[in-house]
Amino acid sequence: MKTTATPHETNAAGGIMKTLTGLFRSNIREYGMLIALIAVMVFFQIQTAGVLMKPVNLTNLVLQNSYVITMAVGMLLIIITGGIDLSVGSVVAVIGALAGVLIVRYDVNWIVVVAICLLLGAMIGAFQGYFVAYRKIPAFIVTLAGMLVFRGLTIALLRGESVGPFPRGFQNISSGFIPDLFQNEGLHITTLLIGVLLSILLIFLDVRGRKNQQKYGLEVTPFYFFVVKNIVITIAVMGFCYLMASYKGLPNVLVLLFALVTFYAFITSSSVIGRRIYAMGGNEKAARLSGVNTPRLLFYTFINMGILASMAGLIVAARLNSSTPNAGDGMELDVIAACFIGGASPMGGVGKVIGALVGAFLIGVLNNGMSILGVGIDWQKVVKGIVLLAAVLFDVYNKNKNA
Amino acid sequence: MADVILEMRNITKTFPGVKALNNVSFSVTQGEIHALVGENGAGKSTLMNVLSGIYPYGTYEGEIYFQGSECRFRDLTESEKVGLVIIHQELALIPFLSVAENMFLGNERAKNGVIDWNESISKTAEFLERVGLHESPNTLITDMGVGKQQLVEIAKALAKEVKLLILDEPTAALNEKDSEKLLELLLQFKEHGISSILISHKLSEVKKVADSITILRDGATIETLDCRKDNITEDRIIRGMVGRDMTHRFPPREKNIGEVIFEIRDWNAYHPIHEDRKVSNNVNISVRRGEVVGISGLMGAGRTELAMSIFGRAYGTRISGKAYRNGEEVDISTIDKAISNGIAYATEDRKAYGLVLIQEVKNNITLANLEEISSRQVINEPREMKVTSEYRDNLNIKCSSIRQLALNLSGGNQQKVVLSKWLFSSPEILILDEPTRGIDVGAKYEIYTIINRLVSEGKGIILISSELPEILGVCDRIYVMRDGKIVGEMPASEASQEKVMKHIMTQQEATQS
Ligand SMILES: Nc1ncnc2c1ncn2[C@@H]1O[C@H](COP(=O)(O)OP(=O)(O)OP(=O)(O)O)[C@@H](O)[C@H]1O
Ligand SMILES: [Mg+2]
Repeated sequence: MKTTATPHETNAAGGIMKTLTGLFRSNIREYGMLIALIAVMVFFQIQTAGVLMKPVNLTNLVLQNSYVITMAVGMLLIIITGGIDLSVGSVVAVIGALAGVLIVRYDVNWIVVVAICLLLGAMIGAFQGYFVAYRKIPAFIVTLAGMLVFRGLTIALLRGESVGPFPRGFQNISSGFIPDLFQNEGLHITTLLIGVLLSILLIFLDVRGRKNQQKYGLEVTPFYFFVVKNIVITIAVMGFCYLMASYKGLPNVLVLLFALVTFYAFITSSSVIGRRIYAMGGNEKAARLSGVNTPRLLFYTFINMGILASMAGLIVAARLNSSTPNAGDGMELDVIAACFIGGASPMGGVGKVIGALVGAFLIGVLNNGMSILGVGIDWQKVVKGIVLLAAVLFDVYNKNKNA
Repeated sequence: MADVILEMRNITKTFPGVKALNNVSFSVTQGEIHALVGENGAGKSTLMNVLSGIYPYGTYEGEIYFQGSECRFRDLTESEKVGLVIIHQELALIPFLSVAENMFLGNERAKNGVIDWNESISKTAEFLERVGLHESPNTLITDMGVGKQQLVEIAKALAKEVKLLILDEPTAALNEKDSEKLLELLLQFKEHGISSILISHKLSEVKKVADSITILRDGATIETLDCRKDNITEDRIIRGMVGRDMTHRFPPREKNIGEVIFEIRDWNAYHPIHEDRKVSNNVNISVRRGEVVGISGLMGAGRTELAMSIFGRAYGTRISGKAYRNGEEVDISTIDKAISNGIAYATEDRKAYGLVLIQEVKNNITLANLEEISSRQVINEPREMKVTSEYRDNLNIKCSSIRQLALNLSGGNQQKVVLSKWLFSSPEILILDEPTRGIDVGAKYEIYTIINRLVSEGKGIILISSELPEILGVCDRIYVMRDGKIVGEMPASEASQEKVMKHIMTQQEATQS
């Protein structure tokens, strides 16, 4: 056996090329998806004569997608354990219904209602998780049952009709912007301030990571590359924040999504619990024999999913400004498809948050672009189905090539 | 010189970052048993996968000639069609199907798509007869021991009209009696003109049956020895494999045995499915500081079951008994508690219980002790890289990078990863279940050296092994187990191969009469 030598930091230009190709190789899946996403965006941008990328439509796209992304991060964890959750669409509906009934019919303060809903979401997750983790009933079956039960409860709660409208505060969950603390006329100062803080934080973390790598004698990317990378990221962050600040500031939903995606990306890549979830999905017996409490972990991933599904339920209700019996119908499929398009494996043990995010956006852009073009819901489904199949085919092909 | 039945010329096979085979040539003559030996990761399994079409034509360089014509197999079925049958390191039978169903799987005896069960069953019986297995064709695979399963695999190969049988470590999981039987069978086949390729780390077997021996090292052919002409000794083979002479099989150790650090009293456990079957029966064992305690016995004696029931009740139901650490009773009723009480159990079944195959080597090594490489639940990856690299270097794990997937390691190197995982959890009491199964002579020596180092640090080791020479060479004290009971105990100084064997056998006769 001969091991190919690891590249050394030779001349700077060659070093950068090597670093880039290395990065590309080890993340071929993510880059492949990203390229597909960009290609699809360019396609619709041309087809819709520029409507796709208009700020109004972009905002719309993010809002439409927000619930898929919110739930995709939780679904990803479940899929990594080797399970699935079919009930999330119905949980979205039942939570929305509960919020509607409490706020509109019983006049309960909306903040209290949000707290109640999140708690209930956790309980729904715990209920299903209990059967999956401790009674060893396959997740597919438990959540299929959940899907029926919660849809039925929704219709019962709403007595078959829509309930609304909601007070302003509640609506702002999905349509509001973060408050400007400085009451400036032109630019939204809070947004800019967040941009600056975020940039500083990112640079700080990167520097610390690099120091840590050096401390343990690991090879680091060339210094150049490091500097250029940080400059590019800072410009991107500040540019984006400036754009937002010149409008109305950052939308609440965007802040929430950013927080969720960052948090879950961190959990999956760098935390002990994330490591254990991957191990459990990869080989449950080996994980258990290594001291991982696998049933408990599985239970937690379902509770987590319940909370995220109830967040999505609140966002949907706030956005529609009413609770309807068929809210979230079929949403579980978009969420699950986002994860698989993003490279998660139905066998468990594989999948990344960034992948699921890109997958969710791909589905979102397809939905949005085709709607603008006036493609009917029928053909939209056909196209989404084919994209899902193609993405997984790409995975299988890649895997065989590397074997 | 007999006819050459198989010739592989200049085979080169590259995986991302690794050249597993480099210009290897290999040939087998008609009606011989040709052994293929070499260290872990030398490329033996890879060469056979190339041969049998598991790595299809085009994914490697070089040519293969079988019975004079060039072969370009695209998959396994194509190589089976010409009479090349491979039996893998891991058995590939379907557990909940019967022998007859497994026998003709993919090769069904059918007319117009309807299986002819009468023919299937009578043929199965015939093939079972030929391999000397007296079992009904309707027996389910799960109800048979590994030894018999191995024979079913061979009968299955016969059903495919095998001309060249390839066996990848067939005896690794077999006890001596079953191994003996299997080798006997190969010799019989030879009489009937069936050639075999035998991959094995058990050099005594190789010496016994092989007509010629090819040695691979680091993906290249080193030499081919002809056993018919010269008398080839085991030491001679080892020299070829490791490139130097090895004078000792077991490293010497200075004994320094202290007080009892771990003890199990009145341990009972029942089978998880057949709940009235006792798998551990009033077992009492103890380990002292700095002591290696061996548990010997035949396959199915209940050694693994005992070890796993001790390790956080990972096996069995209705477990009762007491555990003491340093004289005080401890609670080891969950795996978590067992680990935090300083117990570790390195499994014999690395694929099913030991490794997360689809993950990196480094993640596997740290899995049982993530606390060590994290602070406040956040993993410090550079630190992880560093410590796991140290394990790779110390145990000489062959991998292109510490981030390589465990899946892509050779069998022996996977075993070393399992061992690293438990060494990294820094246990006080380490239970090793067949730690050298499928491991080459050089690596065995390394593992014995590690065992010595651990006991010299004052740890206690329980070694479960089916290889008597290993038990005798490494242990300070030996328990003999049979049917879930401890039936004998002796210091190693008084033990000999005959004595331990006799212990097992006398007991057997006693229970049989
Ligand atoms: N799919 C793969 N991807 C990358 N490397 C691989 C792959 N399969 C095998 N290798 C590498 O090729 C080398 C040869 O492996 P192989 O399994 O042939 O060894 P072996 O001689 O059978 O060893 P053992 O005695 O341990 O079974 C090893 O270094 C292994 O890491
Ligand atoms: Mg092998």
